[in-house]
Amino acid sequence: MNAFANSLRVMLGGAPKARPKAKDVSDEAKSIHQFKRTDPDFQARMVAARKARPTHHRTTWLKRRWASIIIVNALFVLSFQFDVQLVEGSLTASRVIGFHFADLNAALQVMLAYKDIVINLLIGTVTVLLLWVLLGGRSFCSWVCPYHLLAEWAEMLHLKLAAQGLATDFTMHRGLRTLLYAVFAVLAVVTGYTVFESISPVGILSRAMIYGPGLALVWVAGLLVFEVFISRRAWCRYICPIGLTYGFVGTVSPVHVRYNLATCEHDGECRTVCMVPHVLEFTKKTYATKAKMSAGPDCTRCGMCVDVCPTNSLAFEIKGLSKSA
Amino acid sequence: MATAKKPPKPPAKAPTKPSRKQRKARREFLRSAAAGIAVVGAALMGFLPVIKEWTKRLRPPGAIEEHAYLAACIKCGQCVQVCPVEAIKLGDLDEGFGIGAAYIDARAQACDFSCDAVQCVLACPTGALSHDVDVKEQVRIGLARLDRPNACLARQGKGFKGPARGADFDGLHRYVEVDRWTPIRVADHPYNLDLCDLCARECPIEGAITIERLHVDLTDLRGSPVVFEPCVGCGMCEMMCPVDPPAIVVDVGRTWEDV
Repeated sequence: MNAFANSLRVMLGGAPKARPKAKDVSDEAKSIHQFKRTDPDFQARMVAARKARPTHHRTTWLKRRWASIIIVNALFVLSFQFDVQLVEGSLTASRVIGFHFADLNAALQVMLAYKDIVINLLIGTVTVLLLWVLLGGRSFCSWVCPYHLLAEWAEMLHLKLAAQGLATDFTMHRGLRTLLYAVFAVLAVVTGYTVFESISPVGILSRAMIYGPGLALVWVAGLLVFEVFISRRAWCRYICPIGLTYGFVGTVSPVHVRYNLATCEHDGECRTVCMVPHVLEFTKKTYATKAKMSAGPDCTRCGMCVDVCPTNSLAFEIKGLSKSA
Repeated sequence: MATAKKPPKPPAKAPTKPSRKQRKARREFLRSAAAGIAVVGAALMGFLPVIKEWTKRLRPPGAIEEHAYLAACIKCGQCVQVCPVEAIKLGDLDEGFGIGAAYIDARAQACDFSCDAVQCVLACPTGALSHDVDVKEQVRIGLARLDRPNACLARQGKGFKGPARGADFDGLHRYVEVDRWTPIRVADHPYNLDLCDLCARECPIEGAITIERLHVDLTDLRGSPVVFEPCVGCGMCEMMCPVDPPAIVVDVGRTWEDV
């Protein structure tokens, strides 16, 4: 199975493969693995570096990303409050300076339920599709989605509580999201209602911010409580079909997190902060099949791994623009 | 090796206990199944209010048939943003699949077509508000009906003085004779009528409601609102009716064929 097909399989819920077979590893990667295994200088340097590492992480990308989520959502709110018609509508569908935008998953639900595609919706969907192909697919999740921000705060709380034994992370099978994606698609077709929209925390939050809060926020609060005490980042990891929709878009996106095997010291920090650590499987010792690897389509391009990586082995890259690509 | 004599089978043992890893995977599977069922179940709860018609809503002008409307509406609220009298609101969780879908509470704020060109229809990106509707006269979202004839002031021969819905009413209306472009508060526009005809007077559709005299005797003022086919169901009559609860109401989704 090639790397692309494998990354799709993993996004849909497949377990990441165990250590790759020797024939699948490039010669360059092999020699780097070999060097790391045998070179005493490298090992000594690694041990020394680990001791000297600061405990605090950078928050460069975190700050940029939180700013992005807040600014994008504030644009919707302020544009309506002050009637400037810059961004009209909400995250499910909008006009941005007059141009139609439609959230891909919301548009998909409408198309499946209504079974008729109005030209404006098609224009909005294609516009947004192209936009997120350019911007990295699931980067929608971590750079725009308001629920993502709340879930991040819930996650921080969860980790604090878990450290004191007050919360446990009950993991689930990631294939659940794929299954639910299919179930909600079928439900939309069969019932003729946009069934998923009635529980989508993204739509609920976006509308609540713009048009005022309502009862629906209770559902969102319930989800957050579940994530704080019972299952870390459960909605984004195991349930949200919006994430999978943008994940598909991300398969062909040039924006990705690039991994450099040669400089990596395999601390594993990146996988502990990552919401979708299966995309960083190759950072495990001897797992990389090439000297440069790319995080798969399920990667939300949040940059947490870039921030925590002590050796700068993970970095954002735009394919075709960077020299190394 | 296959032909080699095997040692006698050990006595049947209880099946081997699943390993820790297997048990973990099994628990994870069960949790996932439970979570999946809970999520789908929660979403399907949206059926209840829709089927039971717990909240039967007057939809904005141009709205297509209710089931198709809920399918087509992408729940974005662009119609809300363009309405000059802020008549359009969005459904909440208790409306099930109607969550985020636009509706009008006519008694609180009806559509008086202040925008002239059905702006909400133009704003709708999905055709939930049909673009076949170009002018207000083509709208059919309901039909007015005299619900409590005995409460109607006109039928009692009574006039009306003061603001139609009291001084605290926040509803807006564009009075062309006051300001051609900007709607003002109904509370800031008091009336002084010998015979109440507010429903007919403020109806934005020509020929939809008239007050028909009840008696040939010209000294007897009494009259009754009568709704005719041009009625589009905007609900202005329901908003303006000064008695509470209103004597005249809009029946959601009713058409002239149902009469």
